Amino acid sequence: MSGGLEVLEAGPLSTVQDLGRSGFAGIGVGMSGAADRSSLRLANRLAGNDEAAAAVEVTLGGFAARALRPLTVVVTGAPCPVTVGGRGAAPNALVHVPAGAVLRLGTPERGLRSYVAVRGGVTVAPVLGSRATDLLSGLGPEPLCPGTVLPVGPVPARWPSVGFAPVAPLAADELVLTVVPGPRHDWFTERALGTLLAEPYTVTSESNRIGIRLDGPALDRRRDDELPSEGMVAGALQVPPASRPTLFLADHPVTGGYPVIAVVVAADVDKAAQARPGLRLRFTARGRRTR
Amino acid sequence: MRMLPCADSGLLVELDDLAAVRGLHAALEADPPAGVTDLVPAARTLLLRLDPAKADVAEIERVVRATPPAESADGRDELLRVPVVYDGADLGEVARLTGLTEREVVAEHTGAEWTVAFGGFAPGFGYLTGGSARLEVPRRAESRTRVPAGAVALAGTFSGIYPRESPGGWQLIGRTGLETWRADRDPPALLRPGVRVRFFEETGR
Repeated sequence: MSGGLEVLEAGPLSTVQDLGRSGFAGIGVGMSGAADRSSLRLANRLAGNDEAAAAVEVTLGGFAARALRPLTVVVTGAPCPVTVGGRGAAPNALVHVPAGAVLRLGTPERGLRSYVAVRGGVTVAPVLGSRATDLLSGLGPEPLCPGTVLPVGPVPARWPSVGFAPVAPLAADELVLTVVPGPRHDWFTERALGTLLAEPYTVTSESNRIGIRLDGPALDRRRDDELPSEGMVAGALQVPPASRPTLFLADHPVTGGYPVIAVVVAADVDKAAQARPGLRLRFTARGRRTR
Repeated sequence: MRMLPCADSGLLVELDDLAAVRGLHAALEADPPAGVTDLVPAARTLLLRLDPAKADVAEIERVVRATPPAESADGRDELLRVPVVYDGADLGEVARLTGLTEREVVAEHTGAEWTVAFGGFAPGFGYLTGGSARLEVPRRAESRTRVPAGAVALAGTFSGIYPRESPGGWQLIGRTGLETWRADRDPPALLRPGVRVRFFEETGR
């Protein structure tokens, strides 16, 4: 089945995302996929899709699209006003969009990224096993623009088990993220780790799907030599010299040459992906190892 | 062998040298432990990417410690010849850092056979090793926000080719017109671990 959703407005940034690519890290292909994976999964579950189906990741709202045939959609993530044909619709719930009607997402009052799952999934051509747009490496479909027509797959045989999901509100001005120190906390002074766990850091406007550049107290190193480049994960707090940490998100580079002082646990990386510039972050440690 | 956890998303295994990395990479690639979604080899480490919902980190650590190194499966006999115009912005700086003249830098770079040790940084980027020891230079103190596709560069003991325009902190010595990466080509990456590389000088266009 083709002809699904015609994009009319794409806002600051709208991309197709699924759960990303695996198995190509050896040739430098990162995972990518939804920045807030739990919101994508929730949208797909509510729509009765496979959790890994591709959907639209909308950054700071401003998205509008026309249904080219009757569609069922679910909007999750950053809570924004949703309308269908000008009438209000609920987030985190099944929404029917008649053929020809326009689905519109306003600006979220909190958070950064909303997800629009369509029952049947967005079925653009996969690249290296995924439909995700990787903005660092330029893989996958181009960011959406007015006129883009997104194909939607056949409606799955099963019906969604629930039609609505309660979701905890997103942080308004301070977000606490759990980290595990390491893998390279021994490259920093004992005080640096203490600082990271005690002082607030602010999300700067130099933030995107690759990472969130943070502003806050400097984290001093114990050693000045160069770290041979090594594999990175989403959630890594990488600290360049004479600089503040960067929190890596979905499109982070596969390897990096600066030491990682701590890693945010996977569930909290999804929360970090909703952090707007200006939001205060605090880090709390779990499973700290001393050596 | 040192195990450095990356929260619940990864396990960074630190090894003695590149040969040990390749041995463990080959063994785990052939028989990946449950919960491991991808392997990221590098100079002295192998990162195991984990599915937080499925991975038992303690069990994976045990399996990794008990895994004997395997013969690297690549064994590729391919030699890639790469034409380069040596007019990079850092050529003078590399000459100063190495105590060579610019012409000697070019001669060292084209005189050696390099081998792709591992990927990373960007799709199709290969870390080339085994070249001239005289070309060892640090990364630039400040990264460039924009390095053009095809830039040929040095950092540490490595050489590399930027597969597409991107930010980068390596010392730029030249440029090539060779397309080292295309997602719609099979294979997408020309520089895969094991491929041997020979640079040769092309005059400026």
